[in-house]
Amino acid sequence: MHEYSIVQSLVDSVAAAVGARDAEVHEVHIAIGEMSGVDCGLLITAYEVFRAGTLCEHASLTIDRIPAQWHCPRCQQPIAKGAFLRCAACNSPAQLAAGDEIILQRIELEVA
Amino acid sequence: MCTDCGCGDVNLVPLELQTRILARNDGMAAHNRTHLREYGVFTVNLMGSPGSGKTAVLEATARAFDDGTKLAAIAGDLATENDAMRLVHAGIRSRAIKTGQACHLDAEMVHHELHHLDLDGVEYLFIENVGNLVCPAVYDLGQDVNVVALSVTEGEDKPLKYPTMFAKADLVLLTKTDLLPHLDVNVSAIYDALARVMPDPLIIPLASRQPGGVDPWITWLTQRRAAVAMELVAS
Repeated sequence: MHEYSIVQSLVDSVAAAVGARDAEVHEVHIAIGEMSGVDCGLLITAYEVFRAGTLCEHASLTIDRIPAQWHCPRCQQPIAKGAFLRCAACNSPAQLAAGDEIILQRIELEVA
Repeated sequence: MCTDCGCGDVNLVPLELQTRILARNDGMAAHNRTHLREYGVFTVNLMGSPGSGKTAVLEATARAFDDGTKLAAIAGDLATENDAMRLVHAGIRSRAIKTGQACHLDAEMVHHELHHLDLDGVEYLFIENVGNLVCPAVYDLGQDVNVVALSVTEGEDKPLKYPTMFAKADLVLLTKTDLLPHLDVNVSAIYDALARVMPDPLIIPLASRQPGGVDPWITWLTQRRAAVAMELVAS
């Protein structure tokens, strides 16, 4: 289970973003793609355990779950998940247009 | 906290970031990649289930490269240095990473081990990742290619169960094919499953214990190493 390691990186990323600001982290927004290899349920569990004692201790976590979207890079035609990953029109290999995100989108800071 | 009117509402300030959470790992992986390419080393991140035959493939690779080609390896496991020792016995300059409870290697671990690995004259570095079809797919290590070992004993639908790992693979090594006469396995079903998760599926069947059983893999390695070298010259 690598989600603990992801949360460690998340907290480090938040700390770097907050920097020297005199502010408390109120909310953390992230995007996790279906094909990212990260399980959102495990990530939430890991966050609940790991945030204690960090600057994310009082910050809620909001996850934008991004579905996998395959398409043809030439025709831009969508290719259904679970189908052969080749374009039916031009035979190009499919490309993942969305769904591999492991992104810290934004944080909300509570300032004095 | 609002102190202007005394309402007690908190003052929230959004900070847009849009950064990769694993940016630190990505940076270290880029550093590893630059370092390895400076040495002329072609690096393979070899992944697969426990027991898929990763170590046996590398032992056979050492036997097949009988022209003095220098190979090195970093073998990751939760415990023991057994795989690294097998590779040393096969003639591969090897280091072990014991990850404890960690289910994958990351770029920092590889970077640390590279400091202890003599790369002088080495042409190929194989990073044998922890046996796992989930976590290793998430972490860039600085490799040139991702290769997944999938044995014919693992079930025809394995790629459908672990799509992320196979979607990221440049090559799948279908291992233990010498066992096929003893198994009730439909190989075309494995190819079908791979084509649904790999955009450009490339599969090389291997029989690591058979003479000549990994020759197509050696050819692929040689061609890919030459292609990377040409890209570097062109750039």
